[in-house]
Amino acid sequence: MTTTLYTSDHEWLAIDGDVATVGITDYAQSQLGDVVFVELPKVGRALKKAEAAAVVESVKAASDVYAPISGEVLETNAELASEPALVNSDAQGKAWFFKMKIADKSELGGLMDEAAYKAHTA
Amino acid sequence: MLARDDQHSLKKTPLHGLHLSLGGKMVPFAGYGMPVQYPAGVLKEHLHTRNSAGLFDVSHMGQIALRPKSGRIEDAARALERLVPQDILAIAPGRQRYAQFTNTDGGILDDLMVANFGDHLFLVVNAACKDADEAHLRANLSDTCIIDSLADRALIALQGPKAEAALAKLCADAPAMKFMDAGPHEVAGLACFVSRSGYTGEDGFEISVPAADAERLAKTLLDNPDVMPIGLGARDSLRLEAGLCLYGHDIDTATTPVEAALEWSVQKSRRSGGARAGGFPGAEKILAHFDNGASRRRVGLRAEGRAPVREGALLFAGSEGGDPIGKVTSGGFGPSLNAPVAMGYVPTAQSALGTKLFAEVRGQRLPLQVAAMPFVKNTYKR
Repeated sequence: MTTTLYTSDHEWLAIDGDVATVGITDYAQSQLGDVVFVELPKVGRALKKAEAAAVVESVKAASDVYAPISGEVLETNAELASEPALVNSDAQGKAWFFKMKIADKSELGGLMDEAAYKAHTA
Repeated sequence: MLARDDQHSLKKTPLHGLHLSLGGKMVPFAGYGMPVQYPAGVLKEHLHTRNSAGLFDVSHMGQIALRPKSGRIEDAARALERLVPQDILAIAPGRQRYAQFTNTDGGILDDLMVANFGDHLFLVVNAACKDADEAHLRANLSDTCIIDSLADRALIALQGPKAEAALAKLCADAPAMKFMDAGPHEVAGLACFVSRSGYTGEDGFEISVPAADAERLAKTLLDNPDVMPIGLGARDSLRLEAGLCLYGHDIDTATTPVEAALEWSVQKSRRSGGARAGGFPGAEKILAHFDNGASRRRVGLRAEGRAPVREGALLFAGSEGGDPIGKVTSGGFGPSLNAPVAMGYVPTAQSALGTKLFAEVRGQRLPLQVAAMPFVKNTYKR
């Protein structure tokens, strides 16, 4: 059973036990436009909450993706390197960015559920 | 996001309402609210322009008529030559030429198009510079010319391989025009100024139309299924692939035309030994750059990887250490090349095609090569 949470910076996290899968929201991709490049963190990197973890680039601009919580990077989505446009076509599915080990579950308390995120982007 | 007051203080072009109705995403640009993209998005708009035809609102640009008080066009041409290093006298009636206003240090105040309309010169200048350009013209040329700001005209660019066919339906003269032909022509019965030129590297036209008729003309052109509206985002990626300079980025008051690799735009008559050598602001420095070379040069840059290298990225000779040798002035992703493209300034010694360089992006040195421009072959109808 996974729970999906959201940040005010438009990242989503699917929580499964002590592992979080992180990506950017469909709203975020619609604002960015056509994604042409994604830079992902190295596996094993210890991310601190709110630090720049990944970069997503459209034709026009580069945007940082922040670590929504603290934890170690376990795996990254290699498909995004060859097909960055997946971020536009399936932001909250196939275009996940990285999986991380949740260092401190209490950090999840500050995140939004789907209803709160919908209100945030309304 | 912009505060409401900022949105309201932005100037609107005559096509503002049309942009909104087409779903344009409006952003501030040079004091105007302009569409950065439409719902199709930058990538599709870019590719559509290269494959079919794109319509651009460039009404924010300045249109200025330079009318000789004597009635003799050569007097206006000679006067303008006091401000630009180009041969203006040699522009034949019905023709247009690319030019730069220079400053006393040899830098570039603005770049512009100058057309000979028979009894006057017609200038198109950058939006951000137009007030300063007009003041510059008034301060320096009022003795011989009437400087007439054509603020009541819109400017529409129609670019791409299907631009000629699209315009031909409304303007019988269009197909016979060649690259850089320019003059008054009727378009859809309206008194327009048409030039066969643009800012995309594609064949195409720029159409100056009375502001009151601009929306009707734009809508008529957009009724053609081959024509799609294109925002500033794709305008930038198109001109970057075409290797064309963006004023304020690739050229500015600190770059001479020689450093900017714009020697082709300065005719021999204005260079050392020419019939009218010098006589423009900064001539001493610019001619010295022609005669002895400049120490740095604008070059095209291609990355080896897929990460875009953007404006401001520092350039290095090696993969680690050393001081920066230059800087990227424009860069991004080229949709037609499906690869990153950039331009920037490097020492002339490192400006040869194929020279390997590195750009620092987010703390990493990415390998680049000096590459020929345009990156995408232009398709001008010569």
